[in-house]
Amino acid sequence: MTVFAADNTLAPKDEYQDGVVRAATIATVFWGIVGFSVGLLIALQLAFPALNFDLPWTSFGRLRPLHTSAVIFAFGGNALLATSFYSLMRTCRTGLASEKAAWFVFWGYQLFIVMAALGYVLGITQGKEYAEPEWYVDLWLTIVWVVYLVLYIATLKQRKEPHIYVSNWFYLAFIATVAVLHLVNNAAVPVEITSAKSYIVHAGVQDALIQWWYAHNAVGFFLTAGFLGMMYYFVPKQTGRPVYSYRLSIVHFWSLIFLYIWAGPHHLLYTALPDWVQTLGMTFSIMLWMPSWGGMINGVMTLSGVWHKLRTDPILWFMISALAFYGMSTFEGPMMSIKAVNALSHYTDWTIGHVHSGALGWVGFISFGAIYYLVPRLWGAKRMYSVALIRWHFWIATIGIVLYIVAMWVSGIMEGLMWREYDELGFLVYSFIETVEAKHPYYLIRALGGLLYVLGSLIMAYNLIMTAKGKERNESIPEDAMIKAA
Amino acid sequence: MSDKLDKDDVTGVETTGHEWDGIKELNNPLPRWWVWVWLLTIVWSIGYYFVYPSWPTLSGYLQGSADWSSRGEVAKELDQLRQMQAQYRTAMEGKTLAEIKADASLMDFAYRGGQSAFGLFCSQCHGRGAEGAVGIANLNDDYWIWGGTLEEIQTTIQHGVRDENDFDSRYAMMPAFVKDGILDQAQAKEVASYVMAMSDRSIRASQEGATLYQEQCATCHGERGEGLKEMGGPRLNDAIWLYQGGVEAVYQQIVSPKHGMMPAWGSRLDPVTIKQLAIYVHSLGGGEN
Repeated sequence: MTVFAADNTLAPKDEYQDGVVRAATIATVFWGIVGFSVGLLIALQLAFPALNFDLPWTSFGRLRPLHTSAVIFAFGGNALLATSFYSLMRTCRTGLASEKAAWFVFWGYQLFIVMAALGYVLGITQGKEYAEPEWYVDLWLTIVWVVYLVLYIATLKQRKEPHIYVSNWFYLAFIATVAVLHLVNNAAVPVEITSAKSYIVHAGVQDALIQWWYAHNAVGFFLTAGFLGMMYYFVPKQTGRPVYSYRLSIVHFWSLIFLYIWAGPHHLLYTALPDWVQTLGMTFSIMLWMPSWGGMINGVMTLSGVWHKLRTDPILWFMISALAFYGMSTFEGPMMSIKAVNALSHYTDWTIGHVHSGALGWVGFISFGAIYYLVPRLWGAKRMYSVALIRWHFWIATIGIVLYIVAMWVSGIMEGLMWREYDELGFLVYSFIETVEAKHPYYLIRALGGLLYVLGSLIMAYNLIMTAKGKERNESIPEDAMIKAA
Repeated sequence: MSDKLDKDDVTGVETTGHEWDGIKELNNPLPRWWVWVWLLTIVWSIGYYFVYPSWPTLSGYLQGSADWSSRGEVAKELDQLRQMQAQYRTAMEGKTLAEIKADASLMDFAYRGGQSAFGLFCSQCHGRGAEGAVGIANLNDDYWIWGGTLEEIQTTIQHGVRDENDFDSRYAMMPAFVKDGILDQAQAKEVASYVMAMSDRSIRASQEGATLYQEQCATCHGERGEGLKEMGGPRLNDAIWLYQGGVEAVYQQIVSPKHGMMPAWGSRLDPVTIKQLAIYVHSLGGGEN
């Protein structure tokens, strides 16, 4: 059988600046473990409030944004930096326009992460979801991000391929849109130039709408478009197969980009937001379902002709499961945006479950797949230290995700039903504290799921470190797990 | 790249002729079902716009044929709820608490309404089983600081305890005997021992403690520590303690007393709900006649 994609046969390998890719890969794994562990801690805090330790710095309210930012921006962001630089150079057959700029983006971004995290722990926050850092952190990120955007475009311009590959469309859409979202949502006036505190220029329901336009598209462009860019490079590389449909990639790219940006109001159904805006947000979410699924179809169908590889290649298990979780959450999302469903699901654990099927399943797994692809190549190893450990990682993490999501579905729907339960005389049946009590067992199951996910990531880290050291575990390795020489 | 027809060996499908880092693209058409489902969601959305509030116009927005609004929906549901309860509520309005208690169907309505309202408004402090906590009264026992008849409970709920916003709020303020220099620490210890000895025979009290108690405390707490509802002075000769029993806790309370606060619910709940709550709390076990 012909393997389509031999490694970099056309590539001027010494032109590629892979140092910054290596650094971002290490940062991805490091921040991933930090972010997952903080997630486990706050999951346990919900089950056992004593774990707040009665200290402001370790209270749930401060650690929750630390968790969300660590996984989205630190883990996800570094995964996007590493993979976008790596695939950009290869698909353009050129080095980065400026290696210095790339290193500035990398270190500047780590500084942003550290400043944001310190702020959260010390209680410095704007109180806007996924945009908690205060104005001085926002300004710094703006500088870093603009350099990233300029570097990306400049590298694209010096490409030695006539066309721009689809993964680069998605990465570029991610970088450009996140810049716009960040600037508009964080428009704020500091109380004083020496004060960390600022006030957002928007007010009331308009602030709420801008906030959720931002947060929704942080999901749409950071966690969806960016990681679709990753998928479009690494799935064809790992399968050695061509992308299933060029036409589908064009149509679903433009429709996804166009529709996603309008769907934010579905986070504000049944609030002070005018009804007509709610309707538009809901319908655009529903029209977004198929454009989202276009990426899943293109990814999954890229395996046509090599389905047998799924028997032996656990890196493909990660990728294909990521696409399955992606498909599931991009169906669940539009469904939850329907007003009647949202009336039940909103403010419940169902939302938490939904977010995590996307985050743990899609974002996490596609990143793990890409990292397993990258590390032996970046550190010049012939193969991963152990394929068996990749399998262990896969199964432990998958069981973790399933426990997590199912626990949150049950807990969320139960909670929603309890809140709205009236008896035949029209009296509310449950008090709030009773719903909290009823959720306790599901919080335990969720924490167990999170623990498994953390364990899986530790196994991965060990496997990666051994690989980077050039070690090879003595085990039978399937033939396609060997890296073909460049 | 050449524009020559390039075919994928495995599937026999034409590629686009482009290649990046070994990645090619097949020229497969859009999946039919994908296109149709997408069109369906678009058609459905357009249909939805005709029925529900949707696109903005120069002067407002398209209202839609259903004349629907989320506020209207809430109003309708609340109205339905009111209608379900209307007959009972009207009957309750015109009756005294004793009359309601005597009417089995009204009593059932009042009890269940009270139970629901207690969960919503009272359980946060008094606990789900009304068991109380340190500084918060247990409502299951038969001891009442402000009285345990239906009417007394109703008054407490209506006006609260030490609520500055309600002129008729239950009000009592114990002096900070030591802090304000009325007693010295040694005297306060004697009084504390005397108070504890009222309910605990293992504690020895001095004559000085007894004398000081009669001088300083009996006016509000009663000569034998039996409590005086009119003064809001809690009973001291039983083993029920708001701020934990024991000589040390009682001593601290004499040095500088803690005072709890309960909001006046009259400004937040309608009179029928307050009646329901009074009946529910009264029925918890300690209601007085």
